[in-house]
Amino acid sequence: MRVPIHKQGYYLIAAIQAALTDADLLQLQDDLSGKVGQYRSKGAIVDVTALDVMDSFAVRTLRSIAHMLRLRGAETVIVGIQPEVAFAMVQLGLTLEDVATALDLEEGLAYLEDKTKGGA
Amino acid sequence: MDNGIRVTIRSDMDIVTAREQGRALAEKIGFSQVERTVIATAISEIARNIVEHAQEGEVLLDHCQHGAKRGIQITARDKGPGIPDVARAMQDEYSTGKGLGLGLPGSKRLMDEFEIQSEKGQGTTVTMRKWMPL
Ligand SMILES: Nc1ncnc2c1ncn2[C@@H]1O[C@H](COP(=O)(O)OP(=O)(O)O)[C@@H](O)[C@H]1O
Ligand SMILES: [Mg+2]
Repeated sequence: MRVPIHKQGYYLIAAIQAALTDADLLQLQDDLSGKVGQYRSKGAIVDVTALDVMDSFAVRTLRSIAHMLRLRGAETVIVGIQPEVAFAMVQLGLTLEDVATALDLEEGLAYLEDKTKGGA
Repeated sequence: MDNGIRVTIRSDMDIVTAREQGRALAEKIGFSQVERTVIATAISEIARNIVEHAQEGEVLLDHCQHGAKRGIQITARDKGPGIPDVARAMQDEYSTGKGLGLGLPGSKRLMDEFEIQSEKGQGTTVTMRKWMPL
């Protein structure tokens, strides 16, 4: 299922709705990269609240989304990692490395505002 | 494997099916929300290994019992190229592909029991179990 991406001011919000296949995740990467250019966005929030599993492929793709968007001049923040998903990630040995995370959409937006000074 | 579930693994969509079926079975057995997520994550990793390293295979999901212990058993098997050096493949961050190299060692950490049988040219079978807390 393709992840809907909304534009909110200088930012993009990708709200994952259901379990994603590997192809869906790669599609999200392409879509975000394209939309950052199209809207000259300064930041992107990827909301993973609906993801009930984050395995090594998901983590690798989220890392690469953040790195790629940074090269396109935008900050990325991952929001909504569920407690049990975080627990499994730690056991598996997965880290998001230098990718920013926040508890929810509101905190994610606050992080981006702070990082990008309101997009100015 | 009398009442087990069999999921054929050929594509990334089958990985999602396998972990969803595993989560549902784990719930039926009575595992907690956290344990179901742990089980689904391990299934995702070993099913992905089939797609990435062996092209096709299958995942078998079933109840298991040992004395008073009850749990879930997951078997992933393929007739792919096999793993020439299993000890090495079980090390963190060892990957022959573009992966993070955490699938095998990480799944072992997630589950209570983990066995891997593999021979070069013969394929690979991973068997994992998780027990319900008594
Ligand atoms: N089913 C399999 N068939 C063949 N080789 C495999 C299989 N599963 C794992 N491997 C080998 O073991 C290595 C480690 O696996 P894993 O820990 O899952 O890391 P990754 O998949 O990220 O490379 C793989 O890179 C691959 O060489
Ligand atoms: Mg793997």
